[in-house]
Amino acid sequence: MAAIELRNIVKVFSDKRRGRDLLTLDNINLDIEANDFVCLLGPSGCGKSTLLNIIAGFEQATSGRTLVGGKQVERPGSDRGVVFQQPTLMPWLTAIDNIAFHLKLKGIAKAERYDRAMEFIDLVGLRGFEHHHPSEMSGGMNQRVGIARALLMNPSVILMDEPFAALDAQTKLEMQEELVAIWQKRRCTIVFVTHSVDEALVLGNKIVVMTRRPGRIREAVNFDLPRPRDITSPEFNDAKRRILALIREESTRLAQAS
Amino acid sequence: MTSVTDVSPARPAFRLTRAFGGIERLVVPALLIAGWEVFARSGMLPPALLPAPSAVLHALGDWVFGFDETTQTYSGHWLRDALASALRVFGGFALASLLGILAGVAIGWSRLFEKTLEPTLQMLRPIPPVSWIPLAIIWFGIADKPAIFLVFLGAFFPVLMNSIHGVKTVDHNLVRAGAMMGANGRQMLTDIVLPAALPSIFAGLRIAVGSAWMLTVTAEMVAVKSGLGYVLWDSYYFLRYDIVLAAMISIGLLGYLSDLGLKAIMARTLRWQQTTTVQGRAG
Repeated sequence: MAAIELRNIVKVFSDKRRGRDLLTLDNINLDIEANDFVCLLGPSGCGKSTLLNIIAGFEQATSGRTLVGGKQVERPGSDRGVVFQQPTLMPWLTAIDNIAFHLKLKGIAKAERYDRAMEFIDLVGLRGFEHHHPSEMSGGMNQRVGIARALLMNPSVILMDEPFAALDAQTKLEMQEELVAIWQKRRCTIVFVTHSVDEALVLGNKIVVMTRRPGRIREAVNFDLPRPRDITSPEFNDAKRRILALIREESTRLAQAS
Repeated sequence: MTSVTDVSPARPAFRLTRAFGGIERLVVPALLIAGWEVFARSGMLPPALLPAPSAVLHALGDWVFGFDETTQTYSGHWLRDALASALRVFGGFALASLLGILAGVAIGWSRLFEKTLEPTLQMLRPIPPVSWIPLAIIWFGIADKPAIFLVFLGAFFPVLMNSIHGVKTVDHNLVRAGAMMGANGRQMLTDIVLPAALPSIFAGLRIAVGSAWMLTVTAEMVAVKSGLGYVLWDSYYFLRYDIVLAAMISIGLLGYLSDLGLKAIMARTLRWQQTTTVQGRAG
């Protein structure tokens, strides 16, 4: 049984003001195996974030079935950790309180909360900043808190929606390396949405290329280049060329159609 | 062209203005008061119509400490009058805060309350609180109650509006994050929406405390026989404009202090909002 099973997912947004419907996702079928690091790659507006939100339970598919761990997704839940594009931390809580928020909601005492959260503070390299508020930390540090918060719930899958898009190039590289290290250490299933071919190839062991709206799956490519991946190596560039060709083919097909 | 060396001579000057910063802000009030004193003593207006600041200070001093009975029956009674007004402000403000936050959060949070409660409240809102004075007097008589009722009316709507706004504009993604971490409906309200709405709620409370003082004084002029507003109005009848001015100063001062107190509570509660960076704190 796959960790995530998407069966004939269709999503239609009704644009009430213009009185028409917008087909955003058109018949998505995808299996994601446990411990996979899957990158959903596609241009802006292709519905990749919508697909992630459907898995997270934030949005409902118009039709089709979404199964996580064999169970139908109906609402958000702590079995699916989400890392948002913006860190989306509670600004009134310190780093450690944000990370341990899930435990607080479960009514666990403060001492135990902090005890368990410290492990994740260390994992994302924030020791010394556990009592800082989000406004006192950089974007990269806040995003680390966001990742630690998702990991602490020990979810069966982690869903990430372009979490590094707002970071500068150097911080982005560091965070990508750390995420891969965390994934290798903890062996979790990650679905990572991105529009960057490079990012997808650095991170994923499976890359799902999506088409422009209405979003369909163009192709799912397995990519097993050993890690750490050298982004200047011929193998990396071969893979990049292949992915780019897939995307370009798509644009040409669209250009001819119109 | 500016060079690096151009910057250094400016630095001592900057320190100078900082050292005199406290004095600087006193310049305008000092000039105003001096001008007023000179004008009042020049005899262009009868002293009874425009008392000099020194006379106002004298009246205020006697009202507070009662040293020479220049303020006659009020001599030494300031604390009692101020307390009477402050208690009305506090009573009405506390009631308005409690109900304003409750109703505001309910309306902002639930469509049911928004549909049932909000239209009525929004229709009552444009009615000026002072226009309730006749009804307040027939309902509650001449005492603390009509004053507290008026203060409540003046303070309630700012708290209500800001609470609704605060709850409605909570970042949608924070709610999603809460749902992702398994918050139930009650936790969503108490652990996410309420803290997120606090800055806005506090903004409402600060406007409300200002309205509260305004309405206490108004009520005391018309419907109550004690308090700073009553002294002000009573002194007007006896042509004691020095006491009128002393009362105005007292009201201004107490209003300012209430806001300062509220600001201190707000700074403590919303400490997380202060945007100091890691570097800023270390330096």
